[in-house]
Amino acid sequence: MKKLFNLFFYLTTITLIVTSCSKTDSSSKRSGALNSSAAEKVYVAPGEHDEFYAFISGGFSGQLSVYGLPSGRLFKVIPVFSQDAEKAWGYNEETKPMLNTSYGFIPWDDSHHPDISQTAGEIDGRYVFINANNTPRIAKIDLTTFETTEIIEIPNSAGNHSSSFVTENSEYVVAGTRFSVPVPQKDISIKEYKGNFKGALSFISIAPEDGAMNLEFQILMPGFNYDLSHPGRGKSHGWFFFTTYNTEEANTLLEVNASQNDKDFIAAINWKKAEEYIKAGKFKTMPANYAHNVYDEHTHTATSTMKKEVKILDPAECPGLVYLLPTPKSPHGCDVDPSGEYIVGNGKLSANLTVHSFTKMLSAIENNKIDGEAYGIPILKFEDVLAGVVEQPGLGPLHTEFDGKGNAYTTFFISSEVVKWKLETWEVIDRKPTYYSVGHLMIPGGNSAKPFGKYVLAMNKITKDRYLPTGPEVTQSAQLYDITGEKMELLLDFPTIGEPHYAAGCPADLIKSKSKKIYKLEENKHKYAAKSDEDTKVVREGNEVHIYMTMIRSHFSPDNIEGIKVGDKVYFHVTNLEQDYDVPHGVSMIGANTSELLIMPGQTETFVWHPKQVGVWPFYCTDFCSALHQEMQGYVRVSPKDSDITLSWSLGED
Amino acid sequence: MNKFGKIILLLNILLLTSCGGKQEEKKEQITIGKKSTTQQSETTKPKAPTTTPASKKIDLENKGIGPITSIELPAEIDQTMVTKGQDVFKKMCMACHKTTKRFIGPAPTGILKRRSPEWVMNMILNPSEMVEKDPLAKELLIEFNGSPMANQGLTEEDARAVLEYFRTL
Repeated sequence: MKKLFNLFFYLTTITLIVTSCSKTDSSSKRSGALNSSAAEKVYVAPGEHDEFYAFISGGFSGQLSVYGLPSGRLFKVIPVFSQDAEKAWGYNEETKPMLNTSYGFIPWDDSHHPDISQTAGEIDGRYVFINANNTPRIAKIDLTTFETTEIIEIPNSAGNHSSSFVTENSEYVVAGTRFSVPVPQKDISIKEYKGNFKGALSFISIAPEDGAMNLEFQILMPGFNYDLSHPGRGKSHGWFFFTTYNTEEANTLLEVNASQNDKDFIAAINWKKAEEYIKAGKFKTMPANYAHNVYDEHTHTATSTMKKEVKILDPAECPGLVYLLPTPKSPHGCDVDPSGEYIVGNGKLSANLTVHSFTKMLSAIENNKIDGEAYGIPILKFEDVLAGVVEQPGLGPLHTEFDGKGNAYTTFFISSEVVKWKLETWEVIDRKPTYYSVGHLMIPGGNSAKPFGKYVLAMNKITKDRYLPTGPEVTQSAQLYDITGEKMELLLDFPTIGEPHYAAGCPADLIKSKSKKIYKLEENKHKYAAKSDEDTKVVREGNEVHIYMTMIRSHFSPDNIEGIKVGDKVYFHVTNLEQDYDVPHGVSMIGANTSELLIMPGQTETFVWHPKQVGVWPFYCTDFCSALHQEMQGYVRVSPKDSDITLSWSLGED
Repeated sequence: MNKFGKIILLLNILLLTSCGGKQEEKKEQITIGKKSTTQQSETTKPKAPTTTPASKKIDLENKGIGPITSIELPAEIDQTMVTKGQDVFKKMCMACHKTTKRFIGPAPTGILKRRSPEWVMNMILNPSEMVEKDPLAKELLIEFNGSPMANQGLTEEDARAVLEYFRTL
């Protein structure tokens, strides 16, 4: 994202003028903030809870962080697409399958756009979805456990960027491709891009009862870049809107070559129509290969299944499925207001902000006002769908959110500011500087029919001098503004993990009472669980040894094991027998080529140890669990490969 | 968890155990505190070695602190409940309690000769508060090396069944 700077290089002169204005502006506003009670507004007293949860993407960390607002306190980093040695995510035997793909195990990705599930257009707090941008995937995080419980790979996609946004009743989570690629992949000259490369927009259904994801169909679009998307809602429910750039279909030096057209498009997809076409059998089944990984809360274990085909709809053969709305210039964010009427195209290189009208779009379609076509897809006339223009609000608009009170808030990357403007009158009401180069912004519930318009969170791309320096690499950051008044007020800066792209927020009350405290031992169906002391044992199967171990304050059972040999593959299956809130235990083995395990009450996890040397080797609890935590330890005796020492295990015997 | 409490406990334990450290010999060679008992007791304050440990103390009046305020034990033991209680005990308690001998915690055999049934159930159902406030539970915590009784999330019904099982031990 920082590379966008280059893209805007030719605008720097104007930028300098504008930013110099906003600098003087900023200093006066800052002292204004100091004079008011900004500190009080973000102060959450010790032991008290925040009013909102904010789920902030970890960007190139691949994870999802959980913050409280207004305090900006970090509660948890939920591992999603990247291995996390702290929580054994992608290291223990149970979660390794979660990171499986058609390319094999992948330890990292770039996570971008979290979105919370909705019911009847309102945020329901059941799941958060987030996309992997690099190796296209969508993950589902369960908000009772705050754990990633499902990841589905997206075939025919590359740079999964216009994702992962949910429809009004969580019918679908949608994933669009940033890169167009040959579909199916083939050995072809890159120069043959135009006409040969395609962009797939994927619709993944969410089962109402358990949230299970299934890739229902893909719409194979022309070879543009699909940048961002948002669902229709209310009157526009049933439609989905995607911004495009590179409608020039350039395959090199996009910085220049993809900025030639005066207008690109917002693609309006009628997904209800798509469902009709699917039902009528107007799809093509295409061979594919993509991973579907599911974590089972009862076996505490993930499985990865390879799926082999996908249903494809060709918009040229499906009239009424897609319409293109001309939108100036390389629109980035594609944002729909709470009523579902207005679709904002944040043209990155445009001086003005373009707002389309859903009603006018429908009317243009009804009256067959087609201005042209692209690969068989009708193009509507700009003037026929335009609702209004916000004139010269700033430089480099990226994203817009809404407060539910008739106002919109747009970020401007180049002029580093958030601008508040009014829907329908299109007038600018207020502007506040950000520090610096803001990308996304988030109002809790801002992507729904019911925003909670109390705060806006600006997520910045550049931090520079805002915090104590930490060498060349400095923290990423977010900034919180109070938006309850006519003018916005900067309240707080706070650091974030990775790069904060988008975020999703909601009132804490929606989630906190449902947050799970423990896993019930009686519901533990892990294949190797030892649910009581009686179940503990050590079993040899050839050179594989399975240790069924328990842990409770403050011992392991067994804690003395003999009869292990050099060259064995030793599985430690460890069950935390605690049934009390916040009593995790950890375990680690000297020299094990893996991470620790951090095991929640009632849970079973497994790590593998390859003993390489004869001797007696210790293991211990890694999470300070009680006054006798330092006593929570054990030994494994490792004998030579040809040793005939019998397998034995014990606890508390001399 | 209360980190401060943990630290205090840890410090106490460190204080208690620090005199035993730094001796690398086999355990039978550690003789600290045995040879010099008489000498020490002359110079330091007299110990109270005759005090009955909490696990042996009898207090049938104390009902403990928790949800159970009064319970009637019918004369006849309910065998269905005993079976259930034994099962719960195996699953939830045996990681720390053996029926007949001291393990991580005390053995439950004969417990109803030393404690009221209410106290036993409150100890199962509300161990954190018991260990903080109940004088006997506090003493037990120290007697059992500061190893806290874990709250295993038993229902009152489960705890009642465990109590019935204890009546048979």
